[in-house]
Order: sequence, then structure tokens, then C-alpha cells
Amino acid sequence: MGTGDPYGMSISHALASGMGGIRTSGDLVARMQLRNKMRLPEAKKYVADKLKVGVEDLGDSTVMRNLRQELDIGVITAVPGARRGIEAKRNIAELLDVEVPCLKRL
Amino acid sequence: MSVRIRTRMGDGYVTELTPQELRDDLVAGSADAVKRGKVPPLEENEIDWLVDLFTNPSRIMGVEPGHEVILTKDGSVNTLYSAQLSSGVGLPLGREQCFRIFERAFCFDTMEIGHPDYSYKPVKPIVALEATGVEQALLTAVIPVFYGAMPNFGLYAQPDGPFPNPADLLPRGEVEAAREAQMQMAEACKADMLYVSRMMAMVGSDGINFDTTASTGDAEFLAVLETVEELAATTDLAIEVGMAAEFVLGFHGQLEYKGKRLAGMWPHQQVKVVEEAGAHLFGPVVNTNSRKSVPWNVARAVTIVKECSRVATIPIHANVGMGVGGVPMFEVPPADVLTRASAAMVEIGRVDGL
Repeated sequence: MGTGDPYGMSISHALASGMGGIRTSGDLVARMQLRNKMRLPEAKKYVADKLKVGVEDLGDSTVMRNLRQELDIGVITAVPGARRGIEAKRNIAELLDVEVPCLKRL
Repeated sequence: MSVRIRTRMGDGYVTELTPQELRDDLVAGSADAVKRGKVPPLEENEIDWLVDLFTNPSRIMGVEPGHEVILTKDGSVNTLYSAQLSSGVGLPLGREQCFRIFERAFCFDTMEIGHPDYSYKPVKPIVALEATGVEQALLTAVIPVFYGAMPNFGLYAQPDGPFPNPADLLPRGEVEAAREAQMQMAEACKADMLYVSRMMAMVGSDGINFDTTASTGDAEFLAVLETVEELAATTDLAIEVGMAAEFVLGFHGQLEYKGKRLAGMWPHQQVKVVEEAGAHLFGPVVNTNSRKSVPWNVARAVTIVKECSRVATIPIHANVGMGVGGVPMFEVPPADVLTRASAAMVEIGRVDGL
């Protein structure tokens, strides 16, 4: 992305084109790009297969909100007791079979 | 009365085009990309898609459901707490708080910690502070955490740095001295980037971002490529290389990376050397011409980026910030054309992220 005020730049791109981060599955797809250099279609298919959902569900907050809570991989709303931060990333690493560098410190 | 389509110029101000003027601008923008970048033109159906995009009267536009892409953010969270130098809105918040806002309120897929100065050289003496910020984010965030900064080659030349300034030497015809100075600057810049990056790898950062790469031309590009090569071989950092401009200036003019001349490279050529160095993400830039319309600029940008995406084997995260990627050169980008540039970069530019 780049510079520009947060409303005009960051929020506008997020609404127009973004996957939605932990509101959906954007962080999971991003991890496959970062760790395995996967192009977008491959990364989405990999994550969808691991989550046992369709690729079209990955950007759907109504599907992903409950699935994320069920898998305990971090949810967008503040749910007491739900895994957060590095706890959630440990579950993500196991679920996706992907390396999360900071977990090596545990 | 003839139909007028409301759009904007590359400086952000509103203009109106007839349907024919709109199509002419789109075709001309793509043709300019073909001429300068030596890339294939857009297909007729892609021009039609862009005509529909800009003709639609809706205030904002977006990609089709299912076509969403990953967002990375150079300039880091500075946009929330910093001043105008980062298009910042000056919120009284710490970086770690800003990171959480990007994760939980803006729903970004990844985010970056960075210093307000956002250059590797000034970060070096305070790297412990920077690494602590990354550690805090790693503990509390779920999304991948990058550390980011600019090589900012200019900081290594006098009066800001220790080496003779090539911009002073070249006008005097001292070409060899200018080249020698750039190589000394490259070594110092590389040492700083490696020093900071290794600290971020040590604390467990998911990635490192080299933003506005090659802002001072081919020697800076070489310094980044050699840094990437070393980091890819010795750390588990995901490495993002974002460019400063659409083609690499030949400020040195003779530099090569693995037999490929760096000066004059366009995005579809830049990505191949970035891949070869071992990077994980590439951010191509296409500059906005503020005297042309946004449709002209968007068509030009997606024509260049589409070819870059086609030849790439690593994910492409196109730069679509202020003044690049078809986005107007204005620090408060209007959402009407910003979202159109965003959607076009995904649907026609075929990028993996923005």
C-alpha cells in the first residue's frame, strides 16, 4: 500500500479489496504468502482445504467468525477466554502446518 | 445534453469526461505504458471493464466477492500517530496500540512496526527499542508482524553522511568518483539493513520490509538485493521489497545483479532479480502523472503491473499509495477514485496483494 490519511488510504483499500484480516481469513492466507511464497490462488486454496471450507468462504465474515472461534485461532471481537496473540498463533501454526517464527521462543 | 462522467485528475481535483474522452484516456494510458515499459497493451475487454468501472456513478467501488487480496502496509502504523510527513493524523497513541487498531478495527491482513523516521540508518542506534516494539506486537497480535524502513541512500552522502555526494560530483564531470562514492554508500547501507534485520529475525518478526527501494537508483537497488540474498540464506524472515519508482535510475549506470543490468529496469524485470535474490513479496510502483486523468493513470498502472504479475513466481503486492498505482498525488485521497484504482489493480493487474 502506501501513504495517505488512514480513512482515505488504509480503510478505503480494506473495504474495496482487502481480505479482512482476522475478521475473515486474511491473516491465514497472508501467512502462506509470507512463508511459502504462494501466489494468491494457491494460498487461498491451501487455507480453504485446511479449514475444510470453500475458497469463496474465506472472505465471508459470517462463515469465518464462528469457524475462527471454533478453531480457537483468534476472533475479531473481544471474547473472554478465547485465544489471543501468541496463543492463537500456536493454533494457527498447527492448523496450517506453517512456521510462525516467534513461536520458536516458547 | 451530452453525458458527462465525473472523475478526477492525477492531482485529485474533479474533472468531467465524455464517454469517448474516457475511453480515449484509458487507451492512451495503456499505450503510454506499452511505449515506455515495453509491455503488452490491455485487451479490449479489459478496456471495456475499466470503462464500466469509471462510468458507474457509485461513490465507491470494489472487487468481486472472492477476489479479495492481502494487504501489506509500508509506512507502518505511522499514519495514525505520526505527523504530516507520514500522512499521519497525530493520534496520541503508542505504536503497539496503533498496531492493534490496524488489526482489529481496520482488519488488515498484516501490519508493520516502524520508526517515525522510517529509514534503516537512524534505526541502527536505537534498534533495541525498535525490536522491543516488534516483540510487543508479536505477543498480542494474531496477524503477521513486519518491521519496515527505507534504505534511504541519500542519508549516506554528505552533508548527512560520511561519503562524497554523487549529486555534487556528477555535475562537475567526476563520474568515476561519483560511482566510487555510491559503492561506498551501498556497503554502509547494506551493513545497516543487515544489522537491523538480524535483530528483527532474532526477536521472531514474521517479516522485514525494504520500502522505497532504489529511490536513489541502481546502487541502492544493488545494496537491497545483496541484503535480501544474505537474509534469505541466513534467517527465516519473510522479505518484502517495495520499489520507489517505476523504473530504476542509472545513477551509477554500470551495475549488474547476476549478469542483469539494473539501470532502466521496469517492474516486470525488477521482479525477476528480486525473486533471484530470495525475496518473498514484491511491490511494484507505477508513478501517477498529476496532469493526466485518473482513468489515464489507472490504465497505465495496471498495464505495467499486469505484465509484472504475469511473469512473477512470488506474490505481487502493488503499491497503491499516494501518487502511485493510479492514485492521485494528494495526501487525502478521494475514496471514489482510490477504490477504483484499488479494484482495477486487483481485477486487471492480477496482483496478490496491495
